[in-house]
Amino acid sequence: MDNSKAIFLKEATVNAADGVQRAFISKALGGYYTNRDLQKARYRDWERARDAASMAKWSAVNDLANVLEKFVKNFERNGGVVHWARDAAEARDIILKIAEDAKAKAIVKSKCMTSEEIHLNDALEKAGFGVVESDLGEFIQQLRGEAPYHFVFPCMHVKREAISELFTKHLGTAPTDSPEELTMIARRHLRQLYVDADIGITGANFLVAETGQISITENEGNARLTAALPRIHIALSGIEKVVNELDDLSVLLPMLATAGAGQPMTCYNTLYSGPRKKGECDGPEEFHIVLLDNARTRLLADPEQRDALHCIRCGACLNVCPIFKNIGGLAYGTTYQGPIGSVITPHLRGLKQWNHLSGASSLCGACTDACPVRIDLHHHLLHNRRNAAKESPTLFDRVFHNGFNFVIKRPWLFAAGGRIFRASLPLLQKLPLPYMGAWMKTRDLPKAPTQSFREQWKHDHV
Amino acid sequence: MRVSLFVPCFVDQLTPKVGLATAKVLKRLGHVVEFRSAQTCCGQPSFNSGQWDVAREAAIRALGVFRGADVVVGPSGSCVAMMRNFYPELLKGTPHAAEADDLAARTFEFSEFLVKKLGVTDVGAKFAKKVTYHDGCHALRELRLKEEPRQLLRAVKGLELIESEEGESCCGFGGLFSAKFPMISTAMVQVKGGALARTGADFVVSSDPSCLLQIGGWLSREGKPILPLHIAEVLANDA
Repeated sequence: MDNSKAIFLKEATVNAADGVQRAFISKALGGYYTNRDLQKARYRDWERARDAASMAKWSAVNDLANVLEKFVKNFERNGGVVHWARDAAEARDIILKIAEDAKAKAIVKSKCMTSEEIHLNDALEKAGFGVVESDLGEFIQQLRGEAPYHFVFPCMHVKREAISELFTKHLGTAPTDSPEELTMIARRHLRQLYVDADIGITGANFLVAETGQISITENEGNARLTAALPRIHIALSGIEKVVNELDDLSVLLPMLATAGAGQPMTCYNTLYSGPRKKGECDGPEEFHIVLLDNARTRLLADPEQRDALHCIRCGACLNVCPIFKNIGGLAYGTTYQGPIGSVITPHLRGLKQWNHLSGASSLCGACTDACPVRIDLHHHLLHNRRNAAKESPTLFDRVFHNGFNFVIKRPWLFAAGGRIFRASLPLLQKLPLPYMGAWMKTRDLPKAPTQSFREQWKHDHV
Repeated sequence: MRVSLFVPCFVDQLTPKVGLATAKVLKRLGHVVEFRSAQTCCGQPSFNSGQWDVAREAAIRALGVFRGADVVVGPSGSCVAMMRNFYPELLKGTPHAAEADDLAARTFEFSEFLVKKLGVTDVGAKFAKKVTYHDGCHALRELRLKEEPRQLLRAVKGLELIESEEGESCCGFGGLFSAKFPMISTAMVQVKGGALARTGADFVVSSDPSCLLQIGGWLSREGKPILPLHIAEVLANDA
């Protein structure tokens, strides 16, 4: 069994059995559902807003080369420097080179899942650069030495007491159970770091082709400080984050906030328009953007699943996913957790190694209904399963399904097999059979009837 | 109307009373009901496992079984969704595409058929019990049925309908998923089954017998005092 699948099964088994942690996550999301529904109700028509948001992304993604070119032209006109990275290694090298050229000592980073995707912190630290996460949740996860649990709420699984202990251990602060006090501790610690940092690294929520600006959404104000105070600002973004016009943000920004966090708008929405210009009193001296492919073009080449590139990383699909809620975000072992992660990870990192994520779904479709940009998430899980079965079929599946097909092709055999199955069910339930045994471990089967439907029907209708 | 019954394979073998109740209600409403015994399984287990070639064979076979039927009615949102939504996808671009679309348009889930096709909500049923309703995900999200089964239940004499928390949450069945990932499936039914049990209802009713297999199986194992019942069985009850 592939390593990633073995780890997934192990983690999922442990977490699914942890009732206390599951209840904690469920409670944490309870407030989100209430707020999200309140905010959705303020839209004149949420479904039409979904259409508009989806169309904004669709039109950019389906004309990606041209829209990107336009963005790059305008970004450069604003005085920014554009770097193209085919994969994670190239992106890391570009950022390391900028840091080396600048003789940077300290780097501060705001929330950026793309940087998790390319394992940027590791690379920077190995090269001798100190890097500190400035988003509170990411800062906590960095201190814990753990990947983000949820790509919007990185430490939603961590209890307040644990955060207090963590701060006491790493920052030497007095224990407290007040969220405000904990926030202030982190803020005091981080403030000086912004001032000392040579480089600020951010992500990007949207790249606006029309104006060459990048749009960053945040609740803490840390991204503004990360982008504005250090001498050099590097934004790292997937190529699919581009949109055509500034006007597209009028629907995408509120929907990102509502779908993702149940907010009317996120607290800070900032458009960054290049480095400090002559006569301006603040802003970075250099402004770089690293545009990352890292297999996104592979997804782009798949017309069936191309809409997965619409994703605005709001996290709504995770918040409603019963799989995510019951196994937790770390079990996935991926940068992007939940339904969207299960859909795109096989494309980004290999179908054979990551198809189990597409299998680990009841296909309930709650994710697809929640997606503000209408990605056909749960059907893409089916598509991944189909592609995986074609690419590397398992012996069990082939034997099982062809055997099953042999039976259901022949109604007489199906009827006879059914009779034998029903008669031997009491015995079968006692045997440690694969799959059936696993089912029976926690659930009872109904008592098998003496006669099947077809037998009773024949009897009644002859 | 002449109705051809679509009886899911596991209903045929494990819960035939659901099929019989479906036929009973339709006959009571004055329709002619037939059962074509060449039908077996719609192919969904293979489809969901990625074995689309196998599922395609099952789909083509089903087209033959139901050829010429005026309407096909099945007491399962999940199996009907397979025919309605996924047969056309499976057979797109093949010589069977047109017939798949045609069958999709003639196939109905039981509660959908009563309310949307026949325009009936009161089928003359009596059931003096407290029930809660579980929306199967395929009925809810593939077929967009939410009010239809509730309209039918509200018209049942003596029946009290109680909604549960976790109303639209999945029960965790998901076909082979429940056996391939039993730990996740069990966690899901703990959440859903727990909420259903807390309603204090006597029965959990659903239009999906596969969800009832999962929910009922867990409730039984946990000794919860609430029993699974298919909506056709409720509607068939007229005494």
